[in-house]
Formats: sequence, C-alpha cells, structure tokens
Amino acid sequence: MKIIVCIKQVPDTKGGVKFNPDGTLDRGAMLAIMNPDDKAGLEAALRLKDQYGAEVTVLTMGLPKAADVLREALAMGADKAVLVTDRVLGGADTWATSTTIAGAIRNLEYDLIITGRQAIDGDTAQVGPQIAEHLGIPVISYAQEISVAGDKVTVKRQYDDRYHMVEATMPCLVTALAELNDPRYMTPGGIFDACKAEVITWGRADLKDVEDCNLGLAGSPTKIAKASDKVRKGQGEKVTPESPEDAVAYIVGKLQEKHVI
Amino acid sequence: MDFSLSKEHEMARQLFKDFAEKEVKPLAQEIDEQHRFPRETVDKLAKYGFLGIPVAKEYGGQGCDILTYAMCVEEMSKVCGTTGVIVSAHTSLCVDPIMTYGTEEQKQKYAVPLAKGEKLGAFGLTEPGAGTDAQGQQTKAVLDGDEWVLNGSKCFITNGKEADVYVIFAVTGKIEKRGKFIKEISAFIVEKGTPGFTFGTKENKMGICASSTYELIFTDCRIPKANLLGAQGKGFNIAMHTLDGGRIGIAAQALGIAEGALETTIQYVQERKQFGRAIGAFQNTQFQLADMATKVEAAKMLVYKAALKKDEYTKNPKISYSMEAAMAKLYAAEVAMEVTTKAVQLHGGYGYIKEYGVERMMRDAKITEIYEGTSEVQRMVISANLLK
Repeated sequence: MKIIVCIKQVPDTKGGVKFNPDGTLDRGAMLAIMNPDDKAGLEAALRLKDQYGAEVTVLTMGLPKAADVLREALAMGADKAVLVTDRVLGGADTWATSTTIAGAIRNLEYDLIITGRQAIDGDTAQVGPQIAEHLGIPVISYAQEISVAGDKVTVKRQYDDRYHMVEATMPCLVTALAELNDPRYMTPGGIFDACKAEVITWGRADLKDVEDCNLGLAGSPTKIAKASDKVRKGQGEKVTPESPEDAVAYIVGKLQEKHVI
Repeated sequence: MDFSLSKEHEMARQLFKDFAEKEVKPLAQEIDEQHRFPRETVDKLAKYGFLGIPVAKEYGGQGCDILTYAMCVEEMSKVCGTTGVIVSAHTSLCVDPIMTYGTEEQKQKYAVPLAKGEKLGAFGLTEPGAGTDAQGQQTKAVLDGDEWVLNGSKCFITNGKEADVYVIFAVTGKIEKRGKFIKEISAFIVEKGTPGFTFGTKENKMGICASSTYELIFTDCRIPKANLLGAQGKGFNIAMHTLDGGRIGIAAQALGIAEGALETTIQYVQERKQFGRAIGAFQNTQFQLADMATKVEAAKMLVYKAALKKDEYTKNPKISYSMEAAMAKLYAAEVAMEVTTKAVQLHGGYGYIKEYGVERMMRDAKITEIYEGTSEVQRMVISANLLK
C-alpha cells in the first residue's frame, strides 16, 4: 500500500502571530510546528504501515524551511519526503494550494491520501476535500478512526453528537482529526537518519496538469481585506432594568441592533 | 570553533524536552514522595530508543553520539533527577563497558537487549569498605571448573533491584606490583535471577528518592566462565574507564538539575509579589539570577566539551577524555548544588515546601557531588592529569 500524507508547517501560536503588509502571515518570522491534525494523520498512516506494511510519503508546500516538518515526519517513521516550494506559489489561498498539491501528487503513486482536517493558522478545512476533487477521487472527512481491508478503507466519521461509518474504495482521500490518536515521538536515531535523508524538492515546473492562473497569490480567488491578532474585548455594559419586561425589550433591542435577529 | 548545535542535535533536544515535559515531569513529585521507581517511564524511554542512544544500530541502539546522550540525560534531569540517573547508570555504566570490553557473543546476548531497552542495566563496584578506594574490594570470584563463584556484597547500587543485567567487580587473585602484592580485580556480567544473587537493604536516601538504590548480595553465586568481562585482572582499568564515561552522564544530570531550578526560579520571581512589585524587580534577585545563569552556561560548555571529547575518543582511542569528564562533573555538580540552594532561597518559604519542586532539586543535586567519584576524587583525577 502507498500512502501520501499531506502535512503543513504552521505557526506555533504560543510564539505570537506576525503579519506581512499585504495581510498574509509572515511565516518566516514565527516559530513553527507540524499542524496537529496533520500529525494525527501521519500517525494514522504510520500505524497502517506498522499493521499492514506500507510506504508512507509526506508532502508539504511551503517555504524552504518547511523541510523541517518533513524531517520530523521522517524521524517519526515516514519513508519519503517531498517539498513543493517556489516563489510563484507564495500567498496561495485554499484553491491555489489544493491545485498545487494535486499537481504534485499526480507525479506520485498512491492508494490512500491522508490530510489533516484543517490547519490551525487558517482553519478553513477546505484543502483536503479540494485535493480529492482535483484528483477525482472520493473523500471522507473528519476521521476519528481509520481501518483498511483489501482495497477498502473504512472510516469512523465524526458528526455532531453521533458518528458515521463510511466505506470507500481506494484510491481515496481521508481528512484526519487531531483526536484520532496520540502521535508517536521521533526517535534519536530517526532524527540522525532524517537529517541525512534526501528531501525531494519540486518547483512550479514539476507540477503536473496545472495552469498558472490557478497558482500563488495571483491565482487565489480569496482576497484578504484585513487580518489582525486577537483583540481584547472591552468591558461589557451593565444595565439594571426595572422589570423582566424591560430586560427582555433591552436584550431584543441589542440583538436587533447587531442583526442577530 | 562553533558553539551552535547541528540540526540533528537541535531536533534531538526538542524531542527530549517534549518527552520530559509530557511524560516525566507530571510524575516527578509523586514518585519522589512515594520513593517509587517509575517503571512506566522506563518502558516509554525504551520504546523511543532513549536507553541505547550512543550504541551502534547493528547492536540495537540509535547510532547517535555522546552529545545526544548527554542532552537526553540533561533534559530528563531538568524535570526529574531520578529519571536522569536511570538513563545514565544504564547507558554509561552497564551498556558502555559491555560494548567496549565485551566479546561479540556478550554484545549480542547482553548489549543488544539493553540498548533496545528490553532490559535494564546496573553497575556494582562500591562496597561498604570500598568506595573511593577501589582496592578495598572484598567481593571474591573463584574459578571452579566452567564457572566463576562469587561471594560478597555491593552497596549503593543504582537501578539496584530493577535491573536485569549487572556489571560486577570482584577480586580474582593477587598480583605483584613494584614489590607489593595488590588485589587483582576482574569484571563480570551477572544476570538477575542467578541462584545465590539476592538483594539486601533498600537505601533510604536524601534525594533521587525514586531511584532504586540497593545492596547486592552474592552467596556462592555461580556464573558461566564466559561471563568474565574483558581480560582477567583488567577489572580496575575497566572500572576507571567506565567511570570516566559515567561522569559525563552525571555531569549532564547535574547540569539538568541546575537548569531546571533556574527555569523554575525565573518564572517564580516574575509572579511572586512583595512590597507591591514582583521580586524579580529587586536588584538582589536580578544579580542572583545573573550569577546562576552564568554558572549554568559555563557548566554546559564543560559538559558538552567532555561529551564531544568522548566522541572524538570513539574515533581515535589514543586520546583521553578523563580530565574533561572530571572537570565537567566537578563543576556541574557544584553548580547544581549552588544554583538549587539559591533557587530555594529565592522561593522563600515556598521553596522549602514540596509544591514548587525546588526543594526536590536541591536534595537531588547533592548526590551529583558524591557518586561516580566525589568532587574530591575529580580534583585528584584533574591534578593527576596536570602533573603527569
């Protein structure tokens, strides 16, 4: 079985958030970690490898320093690492990102693609399903459990107060939740090997069946009007209406003012 | 000269730090108070290869260097001195002599499961009458047919009752040296469960309370002839060489304890308020912290230098790292004692109670000035190197 795990280097929110003048994240200036949902997806792939035997390839798109998360994945037990990096791919929204990643994946063989549900920097949860659409394969999102039998993958899919059991024929794509498992640590020997291992690096020219108009900031339909760090809310307003009726009228008035009702 | 860590060392440090924070720190206070050996932690250390860091991959280890091993002991000790010494005693005092002096068969039989963490190791040199003076040994080994017969006892043995494999030293005869008869000492590998090998007193200690420190008793304990480690009569050299390496582990433990106390104190002095401001705003606190941090940094340089020197030795056995290891242990142990004492003082009354952990660090620090050669022995080793 061949598994591709898409991982993303995201800012460690403990280190504070910094922005570029155009409103996009200044990733170079922040401490970085492997996105937690992606790490759970990687762990799920490594468990399938332990159980059934599989080749696990990790793939990321980002700045050259995103190779750090690929090396972390190799030190955890992944077999191959691919970094997609190119200036023309920078500033991509979910559409341009999924177009790029699908373009890279078209060069690889796979039975199963695992992505995280969403990244803690953007929280869109769109890239995984979009990759599946680009590649024309089924997608099962929000995986709490993943098992494989023959050419079928069965996923326990989180859904509000219940779950769905969904089966699909491979090749398919599954998006993983951080709650899926407790990812393993790297091993010291794994780290030493990972630092010597080759990280395959691809640029725009290596992407298969993609058009320039769908790549990078220029190919991103999403335009960021404004981005800001968390703003502390001021103190609320304290009122003491004379009767319950007055209180109701006050609350309804406020909700209408904010267009909630 | 380059003081920056390589990419792999940076990643390894982050790994040890994450592991220590998540797996070791939450248990540190509890196991200390209960004097309970953290078996569950040892199982996790084994799972991730932390019990065979400097051992070659073909012998079940991780194939990393001594610096990586020292950083592991350092990061564990930052949060728990006991966990640091479990790793150090196992790796430096048991796996290392078997890898250095063992036959291929001994390496396969003992070093491989030890490096994989399937088994835990210990080292028995000290006796009630033979601490710093290794010539005071009373434990004897006599060859009887195809077996050595051991009689005697060892005390203060780290990982004592919890280990599976022990490197034990015993007197095997007398040799003449410069007209005088001295004891001939040899090293042996002894397995737990061998008839005649039992455990005596569990030591009730000041610090590293969760470490299993026991007396080992040998009563007509018969071990195979093949379990002689190294050549007969080379035991003293094996012990001294093993302790040279062990000192890097203990130096790293001392460094970790000092760093842990410093980090805890830096956080505390910014939170604790007296006379309307954080105590970190007082110049006395600032100067104390500056002295503590400077000494910790100096200790770190000595410990890392000794580790790198031992790495050099593995490539070129002609060089010695004995003096560097002794300097690192001497200085780091004294810094650990000084920094933890200051940490308790800066915590005031809260430092004296168990809640903040610094009193545990102060108790744990003291042993680093004593075991694997007291500070006085380190001074002897250093001066002997200077005056030879």
